[in-house]
Amino acid sequence: MKAERNEQGLLKGLAQNDSKAVETLYKSHFTMIQHFVENNNGSFDDARDIFQEAMIALYEKVQLDSFVLTCQIKTYLFSICKHLWLKRLHQMGKYSSPLSGQEESIFVENDLGLIEKKDAAFAIMDRALNSLGEPCKSLLEGYYLNKKGMQELASQFGYTNADNAKNQKYKCLMRLKKLFFAQYNIGD
Amino acid sequence: MEDIQLLENIEKYLSGELSDQERVQFDVIRQKSADIDQMVVEHKLFLDQMEAYAKRKNVAQTSHQVFSSLLANGEWVPIESAAPPTKLIQLWSKYKKGIAIAASFGGFVAIFTSIIVMYLSPSLNGSQLLQLSKAVEVIKKNQQAQGYLLNEVKTKVPENAKLISGGSGFLIDTKGYIITNAHVLKGNGAIVINSKGQELNATIIYSDITNDLALLKIEDKDYKQPKAIPYAIRRKISDLGEEIFTLGFPRNDNDIVYGKGYLSAQTGYEGDSSSYQIQISANPGYSGAPIFNSNGELIGVISTRQKLAEGVAFAVKSTEIIEVVNALKLDEKTKNINIKLQRFSSSPSKNRKSQLDNLKNFMYSVRSFN
Repeated sequence: MKAERNEQGLLKGLAQNDSKAVETLYKSHFTMIQHFVENNNGSFDDARDIFQEAMIALYEKVQLDSFVLTCQIKTYLFSICKHLWLKRLHQMGKYSSPLSGQEESIFVENDLGLIEKKDAAFAIMDRALNSLGEPCKSLLEGYYLNKKGMQELASQFGYTNADNAKNQKYKCLMRLKKLFFAQYNIGD
Repeated sequence: MEDIQLLENIEKYLSGELSDQERVQFDVIRQKSADIDQMVVEHKLFLDQMEAYAKRKNVAQTSHQVFSSLLANGEWVPIESAAPPTKLIQLWSKYKKGIAIAASFGGFVAIFTSIIVMYLSPSLNGSQLLQLSKAVEVIKKNQQAQGYLLNEVKTKVPENAKLISGGSGFLIDTKGYIITNAHVLKGNGAIVINSKGQELNATIIYSDITNDLALLKIEDKDYKQPKAIPYAIRRKISDLGEEIFTLGFPRNDNDIVYGKGYLSAQTGYEGDSSSYQIQISANPGYSGAPIFNSNGELIGVISTRQKLAEGVAFAVKSTEIIEVVNALKLDEKTKNINIKLQRFSSSPSKNRKSQLDNLKNFMYSVRSFN
């Protein structure tokens, strides 16, 4: 029971972006993934990338209201990493047989499918923000991501007053929304 | 300037910064103006995405920093791969060994995975869909045509809402898009009921009064997406005298009813080229029901607007469904909806009975409320 509570605490920490929790996850589980990847045709850097991706996947999963921990974090991370790594090997053409087996298909169709959707939404927002150009990108990031006030942004970006900054922010926001919704498919 | 203020107010409204009184006023504005309501919903969706983006970015950054500092502190030592990448055979044998290890994990991983998946998947879809449903709410009222009054039933219809019209409908895309008659939707909300009697929430996406067609989307976590639609939407005009049949929900008890007939004219009422005249016993509740030919292609949609001689009815041609789908692309609010119309019918079974058994899974009773 105690171990279970610890795991719940770790996941809660991950959801809140607590670096202590992230550190514990790395310390407890990275070695396992490192061995798996290194023993399967990969490098240390590959293991790092895969683990980072798996952490994001775990984070997205924990974000959901309905999230229930039904297995150990270790089990979960390992299966995600395994899937991601086999997929990458497959893409590189080093592993030619399809990712088959029941275990894999359950994973791909349900869990990873949902995470891939989140990945896609994230990528669309990322592209949209990056194609905005400056100062729009920093202005919007300052306001919406870093939650800075208009007054603070006005002085940071050299606008004469908060109203000017607000005007500029509005124009930038309209452009961002247009870019975002051009790719984000509401119907799907 | 006005737009800026409107957006500012929407942001305040969404973040809960408005006073109670302002909030009530804003709710009234939302109710009155579908455009503003749409803006609110869209902006909420956008801000939610932005929030998710920001949080995830922060987590990725933390993860990266934590890894770098642990690595710098000597937590892990990279093992350099012994085999250079050119020695393919060596790599292969090495890899095979790895797979064996991986496979031994496979069994127990599978059990846990399926449990996680079981717990998670339905509710995930639900929340996602619910959020999206609001984003495509385009509500148009239709007062021109006639529907029929329904008895009150215990339903997913919101409390205090009154059922005012109903008819039949059918899926055109497995994602939950349903075609029905525009005149079936006299209210501004809708639910659909499948042939098993299960109710599902739906949103009105598009309504074309001239052609009497409307598009709904099922927005319900209980909706089980079928693999494929078994009928193609016919892109050509059908022949005179062709044998046709229909499936609809003309009765109040929600039982599906089968009807058979033939195509009696290639044009509709007063020579209307967008519809057919059909010989079939059509009751009012058949409005919006599909017409199939013997190849299992969908050739039209029943629209019983004119009161005529017994057994004579009209059906909107299937080509008009294609027009509806095309029209979505022209509207800013609906242009991102991606509907794929089936081009080929799955081979109809020789036995009409089993064919109907399959088809009825794609038929819905439609009810509209205010």
